[in-house]
Amino acid sequence: MMEITEGSHAVAEAVSLCRPQVISAYPITPQTHIVEALADFVANGKLDAEYITVENELSALSACVGASAAGSRAYSATTSQGLALMFEVCFNAAGMRLPIIMSIANRALGAPLSIWNDQQDSISLRDSGWLQFYAEDNQEATDLHYIAYRVAEDPSILLPAFVCFDGFILSHTYEPVDMLSQEEADRYLPGFAPAERLDAADPISFGMYATPEYYLEFRYEMDLAHKRAKDVIAKAGKEFGSLFGRDYSALVEGYRLDDAETVIVTMGSLCGTVKDTIDEMRAEGKNVGLLKIRVFRPFPTEDVAKALARAKRVAVLDKNISLGSKGAVALEIRDALYGSGIPVRDYILGLGGRDVRKKDIREIVALLERGEGDQFYGLRKEVL
Amino acid sequence: MALAVGCRARPGKARDNKTGSWRVFRPIFDHEKCSKCGMCRTLCPEGCISEDKDGFFIPDYTYCKGCGICATECPKEAIEMKQEEK
Repeated sequence: MMEITEGSHAVAEAVSLCRPQVISAYPITPQTHIVEALADFVANGKLDAEYITVENELSALSACVGASAAGSRAYSATTSQGLALMFEVCFNAAGMRLPIIMSIANRALGAPLSIWNDQQDSISLRDSGWLQFYAEDNQEATDLHYIAYRVAEDPSILLPAFVCFDGFILSHTYEPVDMLSQEEADRYLPGFAPAERLDAADPISFGMYATPEYYLEFRYEMDLAHKRAKDVIAKAGKEFGSLFGRDYSALVEGYRLDDAETVIVTMGSLCGTVKDTIDEMRAEGKNVGLLKIRVFRPFPTEDVAKALARAKRVAVLDKNISLGSKGAVALEIRDALYGSGIPVRDYILGLGGRDVRKKDIREIVALLERGEGDQFYGLRKEVL
Repeated sequence: MALAVGCRARPGKARDNKTGSWRVFRPIFDHEKCSKCGMCRTLCPEGCISEDKDGFFIPDYTYCKGCGICATECPKEAIEMKQEEK
């Protein structure tokens, strides 16, 4: 059913339809409305779940680890400093192979303190073993939660997942969202039935120590699970499409890409701005296209190489910076195109909530065509 | 040992984990000096020292981590720690 609703409330609604059995989260801007809404659902009896209130994010995700290990479908949500506080637990949840889903309302990391959007928080946990999905709009942000649970709980995967969407830009924006009914959600997402769970009658420990003879192999197995996840995501996304009409089988998605000579690559809400700009530029006769990265972990390197094979030049828009190196997305794209000779230029932009407008996209295309890139875009030289 | 997903383990797994590979120093027991007091067995944190049929004590190198507590505590200095060669 079509609703016009705030992004956070749409996400909370979708999470509720996923029937999590245990929710534990700590409020933090701009994620707060999600967990407030879920707390209401539980308090009002709309959602039959245990809502564990905790003193901080470290405890929130730890509670989810226990719940998931005990066989419950577990959910959390956070952003920025909250995610940073969960760092240790993130690696443990992945290593214990617990399919927890966490919404990330992407926000910049301090210092300096910023409550505004960029994608540094989730990107900084790219090596933690969590699957990472990035949504362009609120429809996608809600739908990706069902898909994330399906993939994460697949017995061949068993990995936790972030569903990322840009803080404020999506989380606090009202958009029309086609919401599944509970029956539809149940048809797509059956209950969580893990083969192993914490049980006092049949004791088991999760995440035991591994000596140097074994640790490397455990990490290898996790990497294999990530590689398998590419197919599992494609299948889960396709099935979602056949049931509800919105196909998410592609890990990367082209927009007016087929004959594009100049291609912009980015993730998240920025894709919408880029699409509008492309439409305008196309009308002016410029061959510009977009490659949207929906899944950042596992990174769909082969899909990117295939999608960009005919490009003449590529601009990557990164709302993050691996300080002392480059943007995380650009590094992946360069890797995917290694040896192709296609020039890839990186533009660091939009950090800490700086607006990226259509005229900025046009300016970046102009820079790319002049071969200028690998730079911060939109620096205010007057304050430097 | 086949890898368990998520490094999960049932109780009693300590028997399956051959912790002897951690060892850098190997305790060598000299039964000529040994007074059969059993202090080494009592203090071994791994519980891997047992009494043989003649009343002497022998370590199980499959599990001995080489901590050296037995050698330090032996009142007869009958246990010598020797560097492992791997």
